[in-house]
Amino acid sequence: MSKNAKTVIVLLILAVLIAAVPLFVLRDAEFGGSDDAGSVMVEEIQGEYTPWATPVLENALGGELPGEVESLIFCVQTGIGVGVIAFFMGRFVERKKWMKAMEQKEGRDSSDPGEKSVYAGAEETDDPH
Amino acid sequence: MTKKETILLKASVAIAALSAVAPVSNAMHIMEGYLPAGYCIAWGAICLPFLIAGFISLKNKIRENRRNMTLIAMAGAFIFVISSLKIPSVTGSCSHMTGTGLGAILLGPAAVSVLGIIVLVFQAVLLAHGGLTTLGANTFSMAVAGPLVSFGLYKLCGKLKVNRRVSVFLAAFLGDLFTYCVTSIQLALAYPSEAGGVVASVLKFLGVFAPTQLPLAVIEGILTVVIVIGLEAYAAPELKSIGFLKQKEAR
Repeated sequence: MSKNAKTVIVLLILAVLIAAVPLFVLRDAEFGGSDDAGSVMVEEIQGEYTPWATPVLENALGGELPGEVESLIFCVQTGIGVGVIAFFMGRFVERKKWMKAMEQKEGRDSSDPGEKSVYAGAEETDDPH
Repeated sequence: MTKKETILLKASVAIAALSAVAPVSNAMHIMEGYLPAGYCIAWGAICLPFLIAGFISLKNKIRENRRNMTLIAMAGAFIFVISSLKIPSVTGSCSHMTGTGLGAILLGPAAVSVLGIIVLVFQAVLLAHGGLTTLGANTFSMAVAGPLVSFGLYKLCGKLKVNRRVSVFLAAFLGDLFTYCVTSIQLALAYPSEAGGVVASVLKFLGVFAPTQLPLAVIEGILTVVIVIGLEAYAAPELKSIGFLKQKEAR
């Protein structure tokens, strides 16, 4: 387990480095979106290009989504994802602890730890409904 | 699979085949309104069978064992997180990852297409990112083509007895890259360059997407490995039930 933890930490540091280094090395870069870069390329190939549809939200707002609000909604998206992952991961971690405790207890009661009862215990904690 | 579902699936395959043949003249996120209508419809139709197969596969997984729901939710949430992170890259522009690799490995390529389209709709409607008209094309690249590559690679690595973590990394990494390759091809089909036709156009779009995406694909591979390590450590019963771990393997 501690070996796993080390691997995870090394991997995470690596990921952060890959993301952070360009930011410091390319000081003058704009860091616009590459989706936008795609549309620039379309114009380069096609000449002037007017998109034939505008996003629904921009239609409703009558203009572009303000940058701050956009980052808010991106955060909401991240938040939803992280929330779900953290919730289930937390349950899994606690369950493992709890299963271990059960196993030890049963080990004391009888010499056979009993696969069956461990499994049943997991079933009980784990059903999300 | 019930009879009705089989018919639905077959019908959608037929529609997809038809529209794939009809306008042969025509993915990460293509902007709203940037694909001609014909292409939008064609890509959408091609995605349809995958979505229906995915829906059926998800339903069966849940019916088989209700606790499969937790992993399905986590795979979906992973896509939510990963595809919302805009990360600066070496080319001086930002892009984001797909996050579909995990779902493809755990649930299979069809199921993940359903999870992918949820995220794409969220971004298209609320963020004006991608778009509803280009939803079909974006779904195909991010939620169908990429996951197919991830799934295939992962299975292949399993056959070749590559270390599991390495194969998870490779699957997620190349699945992400492939998504952007497909985007380039989709754009190029719609906008062949005057000088060199579709091929020159593909290279041009790849030139925009590939260098930006390469480091991000590495990050996606790393993050997918991290979450797989976490799941292996704590969610062995779920992984077994979904068929990711063999019954004996997990402690």
